[in-house]
Amino acid sequence: MLSWLIFLPTAGAGLVTLLPRHRPGLVRWGAMLASAATLLLAVRLFLAFDPAQSAMQFVERRPWVPALGIGYAVGVDGISLLLVMLTAVIFPIALLSSWGSITEKVKEFMVAMLVLETAVLGTFLALDLVLFYVFWEAVLIPMYFLIGIWGGPNRTYAAVKFILYTMAASVLMLVAIVALYLAAAPPGERTFDLLRLQEAALDPGLARWLFAAFTLAFAVKVPVWPFHTWLPDAHVEAPTAGSVILAALLLKMGTYGFIRFSLGLFPEAAVASAPLLLALAVVGIIYGGIVSWAQPDLKRLVAFSSVSHLGFVTLGIFALSVEAMQGALLQMVNHGISTGGLFLIVGVLYDRSHSREIRDYGGVAAVMPRFAAIFTIIMLSSAALPGTNGFVGEFLILLGTFRRLPGVAAVAATGVILSVIYLLWAYQKVMQGPLTAKRPEHLAEVGARETLLFVPLIALIFWIGMYPTPLLRRSQPSITAVLERVERRAAAARVSGSVACAEERGAFQSAPRNPPQSSRPLQSASLTLCRQHHR
Amino acid sequence: MASFAWTIPLWPLLGWLLLGTLGGRLPRRVVSFVGCGSVALSFAASLLAMLTFPGEPQTVQIFSWIAAGDFSVAAGLLLDRLSLVMVLVVGGVGLLIHIYSIGYMAGERAYSRYFAYLNLFMASMLLLVMGSNLLVLFVGWEGVGLCSYLLIGFWFDRERAANAGRKAFIVNRIGDAAFLVGILVLWNALGTLDLRTIAERASTLSPPVMLTASLLLFVGATGKSAQLPLYTWLPDAMEGPTPVSALIHAATMVTAGVYLIARLFPLFTHPITLLVISTVGAVTALFAATIALVEWDLKRVLAYSTISQLGYMFLAMGVLAPAAGLFHLTTHAFFKALLFLAAGSVMHAMHDVIDMRRLGGLAGPLRYTAVAFAIGALALVGIPPLAGAVSKDMILERAAEHAAAGGSVLPLLLGLLTALVTSVYITRAALHTFLGRPADPQAHPHEGPPVMARPMGILALLAVFGGLLGAGLAGAPLLRFLAPQFGEAAHVPAAAGGAAPTSVATITSPLAIIVAVAGVVVGLVAYRGRRDPDLGMWGRLARSHFGFIHLYDGVFVPIAKRLAWTLAGPVDLGVIDRAVNGVGALLAGGARGLRRLQTGYVRHYAAIILLGTVLILAYWVIR
Amino acid sequence: MVPLTYYLVLSAVLFSVGMTGVLVRRNALIVFMSIELMLNSVNLTFVALSRHLGSIDGQLAVFFTIVVAGVEVVVGLAIIVEIFRSRASVNVDDVDLLRG
Repeated sequence: MLSWLIFLPTAGAGLVTLLPRHRPGLVRWGAMLASAATLLLAVRLFLAFDPAQSAMQFVERRPWVPALGIGYAVGVDGISLLLVMLTAVIFPIALLSSWGSITEKVKEFMVAMLVLETAVLGTFLALDLVLFYVFWEAVLIPMYFLIGIWGGPNRTYAAVKFILYTMAASVLMLVAIVALYLAAAPPGERTFDLLRLQEAALDPGLARWLFAAFTLAFAVKVPVWPFHTWLPDAHVEAPTAGSVILAALLLKMGTYGFIRFSLGLFPEAAVASAPLLLALAVVGIIYGGIVSWAQPDLKRLVAFSSVSHLGFVTLGIFALSVEAMQGALLQMVNHGISTGGLFLIVGVLYDRSHSREIRDYGGVAAVMPRFAAIFTIIMLSSAALPGTNGFVGEFLILLGTFRRLPGVAAVAATGVILSVIYLLWAYQKVMQGPLTAKRPEHLAEVGARETLLFVPLIALIFWIGMYPTPLLRRSQPSITAVLERVERRAAAARVSGSVACAEERGAFQSAPRNPPQSSRPLQSASLTLCRQHHR
Repeated sequence: MASFAWTIPLWPLLGWLLLGTLGGRLPRRVVSFVGCGSVALSFAASLLAMLTFPGEPQTVQIFSWIAAGDFSVAAGLLLDRLSLVMVLVVGGVGLLIHIYSIGYMAGERAYSRYFAYLNLFMASMLLLVMGSNLLVLFVGWEGVGLCSYLLIGFWFDRERAANAGRKAFIVNRIGDAAFLVGILVLWNALGTLDLRTIAERASTLSPPVMLTASLLLFVGATGKSAQLPLYTWLPDAMEGPTPVSALIHAATMVTAGVYLIARLFPLFTHPITLLVISTVGAVTALFAATIALVEWDLKRVLAYSTISQLGYMFLAMGVLAPAAGLFHLTTHAFFKALLFLAAGSVMHAMHDVIDMRRLGGLAGPLRYTAVAFAIGALALVGIPPLAGAVSKDMILERAAEHAAAGGSVLPLLLGLLTALVTSVYITRAALHTFLGRPADPQAHPHEGPPVMARPMGILALLAVFGGLLGAGLAGAPLLRFLAPQFGEAAHVPAAAGGAAPTSVATITSPLAIIVAVAGVVVGLVAYRGRRDPDLGMWGRLARSHFGFIHLYDGVFVPIAKRLAWTLAGPVDLGVIDRAVNGVGALLAGGARGLRRLQTGYVRHYAAIILLGTVLILAYWVIR
Repeated sequence: MVPLTYYLVLSAVLFSVGMTGVLVRRNALIVFMSIELMLNSVNLTFVALSRHLGSIDGQLAVFFTIVVAGVEVVVGLAIIVEIFRSRASVNVDDVDLLRG
């Protein structure tokens, strides 16, 4: 089922190439059909998923290069499930958004998008490090073309910067993957299988270096401050659909990597480095919020708001508490919805006036009332107003962080103020005041197709805002398991390191060290013990 | 909880959904019907809930809202004495103002949008006062903030309105961020967000935690209730339609902070917190009243008056008299809504002129409005037996007792002084607006339609007789109703079966009345002939809000802007991005250097080959 | 019998002469002849050592070298002729298309 899900878009892309070039409508519908079928399959996966399990489900394993221990292995757990759903929802919307704005090389565009969908899904589902790396880098290629061919005037600079920056960091990860492969097991038993590598005992010094390499690759992708400067440039030049995909999905690959690989493979090193990442996350929240306010370009503004929002996500991940990580995962989905929506909004404006400059607009709400309502709702979701999805995520992140680090959470909470400042400022300059927009005659109200873009997003905004349980329930066991492993390994490292004080040792030894997979109550009991200890 | 009770916030929500999605296509009469009908249904449900109220607090958990890790919170509603009082005040005043709006907004193009926002506001406000835990309360709390933003900026094509709306939202959000952290502190300490549990267990908190949590929540309350130092948004909020000012910025939303403190009163009983609350309340009361003295915009005078009266309510909370504070909240909702609706009636008649220098002599053509305004003004001043007199006297009595019991004297003194200033500024406003010669002889003002007059009439009756809710003579039904909620702190008057007041308190009441009458006399003398006496330095100070305007507009905002531009330009592009591009340039530069080796001369290549061979040979030989 | 050292010294001298020629001369034909000289100096070493060690391997290598040298002459001269045709010059410094 997962392989079908991953390769369905590519199969669709293959069919799209056979369609006649001079009938762009047919090409568009073909691509749409492929991504819609993927969405259907993803919904089936979501419903068939067993929310009580923490382990990987629907696992498929096939040998690929058995001599080197490389396999084709995919599987889904509560963490990847939500991101797969997000991917499956965002792609049809992004494709639909391009109908009005992409008129040249339609076929190539659609093929690139569908290949991109396969690569993104593969990244979230791969359970083999080589397979993961292949998908991870495969994402760059269609994205490079999306920016470089259908982008704005300065597209070459942005595309090259994007690909070089992220690739440079990813290559470090490749080296780390090989090093991990060599160090984790003796010759003959070597494997790239993620689940088996997670159990490997590594030399702490080496683990720290490998953690650094992996985390750097992800941090550039997220992007964690100060590795963010490729993001505004890439967003500004990318076409609307590209920006939506970039913000909604590609950035999530980084935060997903934090959870799955940084924490999953190197728990001890992750615990040791968490303070640094928390500090960068908080700086990112504040910095992104302040800098957004001073952007003259709408897309740059939204790009910097992403830096701020993903600071929240990073904070939630490295706060290492169940609530915070649940919030972080939900916030990944939320950011995909709200920031994806904001880029669509900029796209709607750009399609009409061909400008992204805030000062070229003003008073647009007077001529586009329905658009104003849509803009308001998506803006509020981005500003985490209670009742919308953003609030649930941010609140859980702050709550979980506060349990362990009250000061950090209190500082991060100021991000809530900043988001309102820059969003309302931009909204006012663009939508309110007297009608001073350039070429107001082009500002036609959003039509049926454009409204259709936002309907699913708005539905999701309110659904997740008011009833996030279906999502949280599915991710809870997996996240608990991840953190339980981190806690257990870090505790073991502390005990063996004999740095631990006597009472710490007592607290951790009373907790069962290696609980069997089936004893869930025991596991959670040990977790609460550790938690209480941390208070 | 009776099944109809939890529909109280539901009706306006449905109204919003209907008007928000289809409103533009519905005829105006249907829009009015839906907009007012939904509020009427909700008010009817509240009345029914009041009549069938069994006395014990009732909760309903509708569904599990958020559950993650150890945290779980339900979407739950709570109906107890406190929320019943609030629901009735909000629903009742809200209904009257909805009806008034039919007339006031009759000529408006975005008629359905207005009622959609108004209904959303009602739903949020009712959710705020009915939420059974802090998080649901917070949903309503931010929801009313949002509606306030939307309605202040209702005429968004006016730059000033858009600015005012944005300012309101941002200043509110500053308070809300503190509120949010306060919620985190409470959950971390108690493991629950349930309002009643927090109130019960507040005394088990360690003093530092109690102090931190209560002060953080109080910062949230100052934002929503426009107290120092987060008051600046409320005067600007007068850019919104006048019924909105009456509903949101006088009667209901701005009192949310007072409600919050009353709701979690045991949490706020830390001595330092009480001192902070009473001081902030008292200072704000006098501060805002003073500014109202020099303001020329009638609505802004009323806005400062609202800030000042809210200060009284906080003062009451700070001197351990939450029931008196809530009583004042109720009467204030009546008379301030009345004053605003009267001001709206003036604007309606004078085609949106609101500068008092361009009004005058309206008592003739607008007799009905003038009487309504006078009743509201007298209630505000505190002339017995009008509503404001009873509640304000009660607060001052409690402040006196508090001082006598060893508490701070400041609340009592500032409270009395504010009473004087209040009388002066409202007398000034009434004189400038309704007496003397008309500033514009061309204008032909006329009263609004009955749909506007009737709600004013009802509010006027409430402003006259509302005092009976807490007067000892009438048995103080409101206070006795609230007594189980607050116990001792309800201060049921002796005449209604409560404890006898101390001797200090008995002289406060006459003193307050004397001060109020003196203020009116001073006002009549000082502003006769519709001319403002020169207040000199004090006038200038008040006009600049005692420096607060300079502090915000001249210091904070420019610094924040400068910071943003510095970070975005020199820091982000100049340092961080340059470092990234610098790495790229370094590599490119290195490549340029290495390129020089490729001369293209075969001889050079041959020489290098030779050199390499020699070096390898030398290595072998030497090794 | 002439000692082995003499052959090796002669070979070294020839090689150095050839090397110098490659490095200092600009005429492509002279450079070419210098390369031949170097190749033949190596051939001389091979033959001398083959005789000295009593092994046929060295002589075998010489045959290879001769063949390679022959092929080189064919290709190299063809290139030189082609360059002369296009540039009317056999100066190697005139050909610097590969300069970075």
